[in-house]
Amino acid sequence: MERVVGIDLGTTNSLVAFMQGDTPVVIPGEDGSNLLPSVVALDLRGNIVVGNPARKYLIETPERAIYSVKRLMGRGVEDVQDELRLFPFRLAADLKPGEVLRIRLGDQEFTPPEISAFILRQLKKNAERYFGVSVTQAVITVPAYFNDAQRQATRDAGRIAGLEVLRLVNEPTAASLAYGLDRKREGTIAVYDLGGGTFDISILKLHEGIFEVVATNGDTHLGGDDIDNLLITIALDDILGDMQLDLRRNGEAVQAIRKAVIDTKIALSSQDATVIEVDLPGGRKYQREITRAQFEQLIEPIVHRTVGPCKQALKDAQLTPADIEEVVLVGGSTRIPRVRQIVEELFQRQLHSELNPDEVVALGAAVQANILAGGSEATKDMLLLDVTPLSLGIEALGGGVVKIIHRNSTVPASATEHFTTGVEGQANVAIHVVQGEREMAKDCRSLARFDLKGVPPMPAGLPRIEVKFLIDASGILHVSAREQRSGKEAEIEVKPTYGLTDEQVESMILESFDYAEEDFRIRQVVEARIEADNILNALDKARNNPAWEQLSQAERRQIDKAEATLRKVKEQDDYRAMRDAIEALNEATMRLAELMMDTAVASALKGKSMEATGIEEGPAATHRIAPAEIK
Amino acid sequence: MRAAHFCEACGKVQPAQPTDYFSFFGLPRKLNLDTAELEREFYRLSRRLHPDVYARASRQEQQWSLEKSSQLNDAYRTLKDPISRTEYLLRLEGVQLEEQSQAATRQARETGQEKKQAVPPDLLEEAFEFNMQLEELRTSKKMGEVGPELVEQLREAKRNFEQKLDALSAELKQLWDEWDALPIHEHGDYEQHQDEPKRAYVRSKMVDLINRRSYIRNLVRDVSEALEN
Repeated sequence: MERVVGIDLGTTNSLVAFMQGDTPVVIPGEDGSNLLPSVVALDLRGNIVVGNPARKYLIETPERAIYSVKRLMGRGVEDVQDELRLFPFRLAADLKPGEVLRIRLGDQEFTPPEISAFILRQLKKNAERYFGVSVTQAVITVPAYFNDAQRQATRDAGRIAGLEVLRLVNEPTAASLAYGLDRKREGTIAVYDLGGGTFDISILKLHEGIFEVVATNGDTHLGGDDIDNLLITIALDDILGDMQLDLRRNGEAVQAIRKAVIDTKIALSSQDATVIEVDLPGGRKYQREITRAQFEQLIEPIVHRTVGPCKQALKDAQLTPADIEEVVLVGGSTRIPRVRQIVEELFQRQLHSELNPDEVVALGAAVQANILAGGSEATKDMLLLDVTPLSLGIEALGGGVVKIIHRNSTVPASATEHFTTGVEGQANVAIHVVQGEREMAKDCRSLARFDLKGVPPMPAGLPRIEVKFLIDASGILHVSAREQRSGKEAEIEVKPTYGLTDEQVESMILESFDYAEEDFRIRQVVEARIEADNILNALDKARNNPAWEQLSQAERRQIDKAEATLRKVKEQDDYRAMRDAIEALNEATMRLAELMMDTAVASALKGKSMEATGIEEGPAATHRIAPAEIK
Repeated sequence: MRAAHFCEACGKVQPAQPTDYFSFFGLPRKLNLDTAELEREFYRLSRRLHPDVYARASRQEQQWSLEKSSQLNDAYRTLKDPISRTEYLLRLEGVQLEEQSQAATRQARETGQEKKQAVPPDLLEEAFEFNMQLEELRTSKKMGEVGPELVEQLREAKRNFEQKLDALSAELKQLWDEWDALPIHEHGDYEQHQDEPKRAYVRSKMVDLINRRSYIRNLVRDVSEALEN
């Protein structure tokens, strides 16, 4: 069965998980860590580096590295001005409004989906190393409050990384799946998810394995990053005021400060006071004591921004805090005591954070991946019914919005609308689709402009074009159209406002072929190494077999030599050399295998058990030592 | 007639057919509805129609499941809420819901006009006074000094309108009973039937009630917002 993995593509960290039997587990990277920092860098030789190895570039050569790219997914240059002030993002110089962003790393440019694809590719590799087989299908989580463009960008990232994205799952919902699996729950729960860059609140009804989201709300630009940036700004001001040192344009120094304030933030979750310490250029040092009380006062405005969405979600669900039976905390920022306090005050409920808030989303994604792969005993009754976080509308004459699918509608959801022409013989009808709650189209998120082409020539107002809008279970919009009088399928040209066209994604997949070749190589290495281990283990056992004594000195020397070679090349990364060495050892042990078979048959005839011959199972043992199949 | 959702022989999802939401659930066009039973049916059908179940099926089946489950969700959403259920039934009956209907909203927007909100005549005086007070509250908020007297008056008005809403809900329930008592004709063509005058009467009472309700609800919403901010 094809393994489907669950991926949490986070602002700060990313993880990959899968269902091992009845339990979701996170797959560690080569360094043994469950968390892959969502950092991508271009090293000096022009190779892409991801995760921990990329972090040092953030400090040493910040112009070659990027973090928190999730903030840029599905956005245009006009949306990210705030981000640009606070993050060291370097955009291509020639970007036009409405165009997909391009980010500079060294002398190269990448779109946010491509950068996310590097992270996904690393996770895919980690999973493949773990399983020893290739992984091509995944469930990826997104903030519940992600709009269509942000969701499409995430799905594109998966495709570029060579992953078929079976489903995008909302992060808080995924977390609820992980909790629901943990122990069967019934009733109404709230999931409060404050991560590195995004905030979500979801309210769910749990009933006999059905996880029904009744309302969701959030802010896709609110998280731990904002706290870090606030502290960085304060430190920079301090340094400017006290030392007359302006470091605001000094990328390296800003990154050093960033690292220091993150340590401070984390320390203040368990201590009452700590000291921010940074070594500055020129051998100077910045030091400042900060108490938890001061910290809480500073972050209050940021933390308080989560209250509005929580209240709105309750209102939309037509519930009061008293109706919520449990509150689940997700995301690293919920470790901050003040955050927990605010949630407690809001819901007047005990909070649940038994599962690691950094891992719970990935674990839930693994549960959903398992459901899609056909399910298991643990997940067979589980079904997730999620909602669309934002209303979908069409721009009407005069710039107003006509809502056609309301927010918090269970997905898949659909709406059918009819359009006509305003001028005789008009062949095109332009439709502007937006997402958001505001009255005017210009205040909503522009999703796409559709051009209905090939409308049969008719007097004005006569054509009746039926357009069907359908939001799928991943929260992504699909549109189809038909002219009803002629029955003609109208052609739709979709111009995603901030996304990549299919052609662009295709060409990126082709461009990433180089990386794909690298993936192929790594997979071969992994597979050859597993086979080498198998044959070496079998050989160790065979040495205790009476057959071993029947070999000549020369034969034994030959085997020892081939074994030594395989042990050596196994430690290197050349899969072809490994294959050759396996082949050589197989040949050297051919007669040994035959002798063992004879012994086994002979002892069987003598009525001895197979075990006494040193062979656990006849066929398996011969298979192990027999020539390996070379794929 | 209940819509066929699955193949009788193999149990697999069938292509979506254009159907009304009552038929989708195999329900008669009646307004009194057991919502707990509707929810159970919604969950039961979700378990069989949701795209999750068809993740490994053919592309064709996936498409059918996507269309069917969106139909299921749309139908459930419309029928579970008493007001949207009533509005939906009225639309099925060919009634254009006046000022509050989506179509009217769109028409107003398309022609660039402010949507007319006809004030129910008996509410005219009350609504006028209420709007004056609301305006006063907004102005005094801008000035930064809100008299507690004014706030109390508005709270009182809000309570008053909320009571009216409750009364309307009870009235609507009665109209539902009247509607549901009428015989159902399988093949439409209601004008031929002798009970048509009675049907028309109940329909128009419901339209009137829905419009009044929507008007009062907007007033309550406005005052809640003004008092909260």
